[in-house]
Amino acid sequence: MALPNRKKKLMEDDEVIVMENVSKSYQAGIPALSNVSLKIKKGEFVFVVGDSGSGKSTFIKLLLREIVPTEGNLYVLNYNLNKIKHRKIPKFRRNLGVVFQDFRLLKDRNVYENVAFAQRIIQVPGKQIRKNVPKVLATVGLAGKYKAKPGKLSGGEQQRVAIARALVNRPTVLLADEPTGNLDPNNSMEIMRLLEEINNAGTTVIMVTHNKDIVNAMQKRVITLRKGVIVSDHERGGYDDED
Amino acid sequence: MRGEDTTMKISSFFYTLWQGIKNIFRNKLFSLASVATISACLFLFGLFYSVLANFQHIVKTAEEGVCIVVFFDEDITDARIEEIGDMIKRRAEVSKVNFVSADEAWEGFKTEYLADYSDGFLENPLEDLSNYEVYLNDVSMQGALVTYLESVPGVMEVKRSELTALTLSNANKLIGYISIGIIAILLAVSIFLISNTVTIGITVRKEEISIMKYIGATDFFVRAPFVIEGIIIGLVGAAIPLAFIYFVYNRTLNFLKEQFSVLSSLLNFLTIEEIFKNLLPVSLAIGVGIGFLGSFITVRKHLRV
Repeated sequence: MALPNRKKKLMEDDEVIVMENVSKSYQAGIPALSNVSLKIKKGEFVFVVGDSGSGKSTFIKLLLREIVPTEGNLYVLNYNLNKIKHRKIPKFRRNLGVVFQDFRLLKDRNVYENVAFAQRIIQVPGKQIRKNVPKVLATVGLAGKYKAKPGKLSGGEQQRVAIARALVNRPTVLLADEPTGNLDPNNSMEIMRLLEEINNAGTTVIMVTHNKDIVNAMQKRVITLRKGVIVSDHERGGYDDED
Repeated sequence: MRGEDTTMKISSFFYTLWQGIKNIFRNKLFSLASVATISACLFLFGLFYSVLANFQHIVKTAEEGVCIVVFFDEDITDARIEEIGDMIKRRAEVSKVNFVSADEAWEGFKTEYLADYSDGFLENPLEDLSNYEVYLNDVSMQGALVTYLESVPGVMEVKRSELTALTLSNANKLIGYISIGIIAILLAVSIFLISNTVTIGITVRKEEISIMKYIGATDFFVRAPFVIEGIIIGLVGAAIPLAFIYFVYNRTLNFLKEQFSVLSSLLNFLTIEEIFKNLLPVSLAIGVGIGFLGSFITVRKHLRV
């Protein structure tokens, strides 16, 4: 009997990200990431911390398959990102939710349309969209503001819309690139509570930040990058200051 | 499945179409600029086409009026005249052959030149001047045909209007070259301007494209609304000058006929229907083509995130 056409297993069932000696250099010179190896498991909440130039942005770009490693192997959700074909990248990205520091909302569209946009572009049927969007807006506490344009919302609220947009397609992994970078401490803590709730519901959360207070308060896994190298990886750590 | 990423559900098709239409209104100024540019170019194209098509039509009509007259030897038999007539008719460049008998020739001459003074002639002075009037498809072939006819036994003389033939032939060629040149320049200018306008439009929405790509939109899905936008702009840009030309054409012709009534017998204009037979599909195709190409090429540039 012929075996069903199943995807080759590239990583363990409980792993979502595997980096094996990954390096990334943009030009001849100092590498942005150097010989990075790590594993992130399903349902983990991981902080990636480091100062400017430590390689945090490169780390996120690699996971999004915006760039490819110069050396080493990178597996995300059983996709080999070194070898993935261009036409398969959209399908791969549908498993990831992304949140940016600057929210990146469509200013000419209201809250509902911004969230529905994420579903429309992956061709979810309209009926399903009308069901999913109010639900996810309720999750982020914005059910009452679905008609508002981003310009009428506070920074915290805008970030919630961005999180709702990232969540509506039910991603396995949520990548948050400095999501509190533009927010005051109160709003930052609210966003962190929301991310924790999302994580508790089963989504793997990877957050890049250099906010010491948040990292120290959350007591989650912390990977510290310095000049492109992992200098520490603690299961329940705090912000590892440079000596 | 290989085609999975490029197939599109019906609801997504309408969403894409709707997004394309919305894009036009989201960037009213750029869209308006694009429509205006295409309209201006296609209006000029339509204008030149109308003028040139009419000019060529007038030249063609004039060409058809130019004929060669073939006279025969004095002692030629009727059978030989008929034979020569058949030979001429078989020539590809010949459109029409009229036999003019000596009596018809004399009647024509009397009517045209003598009027009431022809009574003094008791016999037909053009007795031996029966002839063939030979009309041509292409006036530039006149020289070759004359050379041939002069070599035919039984042919005494071939009369032709070389100056008219040459002038018309050269005018026709010149019009052809000018029209190709002008249309080529206009098309190049249109594509350049549309590409620029679309580039600006795409740059404005670069953020949106990048978000779409991060969320997992396929290249096809990202491109489609912009390409549809380009096609709609192209169509509207083509439709406006066509409508304008349609309504203005007849009025202009009537005005010309009134103002230059002396020339009305010479100026044989094409009808708007004859003009539109080619202008309508060509203009629409150019409009859609420019919109499609401009947007497709430009969107492709901004796809990588």
